[in-house]
Amino acid sequence: MEAVKEQVSTQARAIDIESMQRSQKLNLADEKICLEVKDFNLFYGSKQALHNINMSVAKNRVTAFIGPSGCGKSTLLRCFNRMNDLIDTVKIDGQMLLDGQDLNKQSVNVADLRRQVGMVFQKPNPFPKSIYENVAYGLRLQGVNDRETLDRVVEKSLKGAALWDEVKDRLQESAMGMSGGQQQRLVIARAIAIEPEVLLLDEPASALDPLSTLKIEELIYELKEKYTIVIVTHNMQQAARVSDYTAFMYMGELIEFGATDELFTNPTKKQTEDYITGRYG
Amino acid sequence: MSNQSFSSWSKNGTPWVWINAGAVSVSLVMVIGLLGLIAVRGLSHFWPADIVSINYTEPGQESTVLLGEMVDKEVVSALRLKNTGVDLPEGQTSGERFLLKVGNRDYFGLDFKWINGPWISEPNYPENVVAIERREWGHFYGYLKNVSEKHQVVSSGEQAWQEFQQRLKRSNFLVDEIKSIEKHEIGEINHALEELRLETRRLELDGVVEGSSPYQEIELEKRQWDVRYKELQGQLADLYSELARDQIVVTMSDGRDVEIPLAKIVDAFQPNKMSVGEKLAHYGHEVWKFVSGDPREANTEGGIFPAIFGTVMMVMIMAILVTPFGVVAAVYLKEYATQGPMIRLIRIAVNNLAGVPSIVYGVFGLGFFVYFLGGNIDELFFQASLPAPTFGTPGLMWASLTLAILTVPVVIVATEEGLSRIPRNIREGSLALGATKAETLWRTVLPMAAPAMMTGLILAVARAAGEVAPLMMVGVVKLAPALAVDTIAPYLHLDRQFMHLGFHIYDVGFQSPNVEAARPLVYATALLLVLIIIVLNLAAIGIRNRLRENFKASEN
Repeated sequence: MEAVKEQVSTQARAIDIESMQRSQKLNLADEKICLEVKDFNLFYGSKQALHNINMSVAKNRVTAFIGPSGCGKSTLLRCFNRMNDLIDTVKIDGQMLLDGQDLNKQSVNVADLRRQVGMVFQKPNPFPKSIYENVAYGLRLQGVNDRETLDRVVEKSLKGAALWDEVKDRLQESAMGMSGGQQQRLVIARAIAIEPEVLLLDEPASALDPLSTLKIEELIYELKEKYTIVIVTHNMQQAARVSDYTAFMYMGELIEFGATDELFTNPTKKQTEDYITGRYG
Repeated sequence: MSNQSFSSWSKNGTPWVWINAGAVSVSLVMVIGLLGLIAVRGLSHFWPADIVSINYTEPGQESTVLLGEMVDKEVVSALRLKNTGVDLPEGQTSGERFLLKVGNRDYFGLDFKWINGPWISEPNYPENVVAIERREWGHFYGYLKNVSEKHQVVSSGEQAWQEFQQRLKRSNFLVDEIKSIEKHEIGEINHALEELRLETRRLELDGVVEGSSPYQEIELEKRQWDVRYKELQGQLADLYSELARDQIVVTMSDGRDVEIPLAKIVDAFQPNKMSVGEKLAHYGHEVWKFVSGDPREANTEGGIFPAIFGTVMMVMIMAILVTPFGVVAAVYLKEYATQGPMIRLIRIAVNNLAGVPSIVYGVFGLGFFVYFLGGNIDELFFQASLPAPTFGTPGLMWASLTLAILTVPVVIVATEEGLSRIPRNIREGSLALGATKAETLWRTVLPMAAPAMMTGLILAVARAAGEVAPLMMVGVVKLAPALAVDTIAPYLHLDRQFMHLGFHIYDVGFQSPNVEAARPLVYATALLLVLIIIVLNLAAIGIRNRLRENFKASEN
């Protein structure tokens, strides 16, 4: 009974969010630009995975990447914090600017970059440590071991990820005992604990049940007050609900990019229209 | 019809299940049988068996009385008995032979005697027969006649046993005291004198003029130690004369009276008078002496504590050496090295290293560690004691190192396996928070791979504890004069030679002057070795399981 009630109320709230978004008129030209991609190409060995991408990510907005599987949206997302460095065969060219600085330059410290550009993955990946230590991980990496600071940041981050009330009495318990939805929010708390500028979400809700998905979506809506968010999703309703801007990608190319309202109600490209109306993908 | 039912029977997998279950049962039976055999043979040795007295008449000779413990019984064919001169009644195809432990080796020459069943008459179990465990010459069986002090009889007859027991306690106490003085206080003096000798040698090597003040200081100190030594010598002489005070006179089975000084007796008991409870208590005491005591008489009597200690020490030092080494190597191979033909080759080499016969490692250890490394260490740091080697001789350190090399492939393989099982998204999660690769390894990957490392360590310990052959070349001896840990600085003496249970089995079983007496000890020692390996493994498994608890949920 309780659960059903909660579901109804979260759905109602989700609709609220949607309608609020629709009422705004967004235009990329009016925004502050956080991330900029210029003539960007990426190769896995000899196979080209991204073709000449040009786009911008607006500050304190949610930008969604949609497209069929294998279209390169995750690959592009992983370029924003250079996660693709881990794969030896990857070659890139073109520019990718974070606040006007090329983030692929030799002189850029990857660890620092990743501190500015946090990331949440498809499958919840908490460390096999306590809830507290999971959130404190990023701070401890930076050498923060002062108990008071840690306590404060952990509480703030868990509140920020709408998880505090559920876990405040069991912070020292293992994070592995939480539900999938809680784990994903914990991972978000872990990411925001180090206060990044940008938060990359790689299909953050695809492994979760509808209720947890709604919670994550609400959370994204709240988080954009403070962070620039880029989200990859397979779920078009989700993209429509949470994002301000949407990029549609197909076969490694950016087909269409614009304000979500525009893109979903009035797509300029045939491929986009086919995809969002469910004709393929 | 029957064909069809057979094919359907085999189709549903029943024969497969039976074959599997059969294989498991056979393995179980073998393991239980093996452990059972060594347990029964080994543990029965300590039971205070009843002592039988028999009349033994060999044909054409006068009958003699034999006193001893029935140790073994065997059925032999009539033909073999005939060859030894036994005439069996018509129609009987086999007869019995018994192995009797008659003890009293110094008087009878042999303490075990095979006797033929048909020549035995009037077996009985006299109440007052005494079994005496002596410090030399093994057991003695006889009847207590009297107890004397300075060869004056103080007690005889019924009361003699009580008197004997009391005086035995005193003499054992004195023996302990003498041992303690010899081992600790005189050992300390010897150590100090040796240090002073080395100090003198060092001065000589440095070219300090003889007779100068450092020499005089040493001389002074030496004299102080000498004085202390004289004192202790006096004390010891007093204790020895105290110890020599009491004697007992015992009558042997052939009627001769023999005097035994109490100083030569460890323990005495009357097994035929003992109740089951008393026997159990005595049994426990004997087992405890075996586990905690020092060996006597070329390892055929007494305990095996130094061997237990040596085995455990060696395995622990080996574990301490092998774990970091193997883990570091595995981390490099798995995490940092560029995967290519070279790394594949190295991996194959590491795997094959595990298959090299262990004696080869022994030869390597002797050549490289003992002679080369040890020799150079002596040249550099222990110049004063040359030509007597310090590290340039087999010892605990080199034995542990050799076994560490022997077992390092196991640890590497297990750790690599563990590292490759850490999910990629956990690493990415850490990297995405701004951790470097090294930080990710230290904070997340290695702790998660810890159970796998423990698995490697368990396998390493299991292999190392059972290894004997290489140890004979790099540090194990038949009888080590001192344990590797004692009260003299630096407390842990890695250069010392040590005893090992595996080698002890070999030594007692094959190199012993008294085969019959040694045989049960071989089984008992083997049982103990197995038990120790089990305990070491259980400890490691316990640690691993606790580590695993932490990561359980992450594996689903």
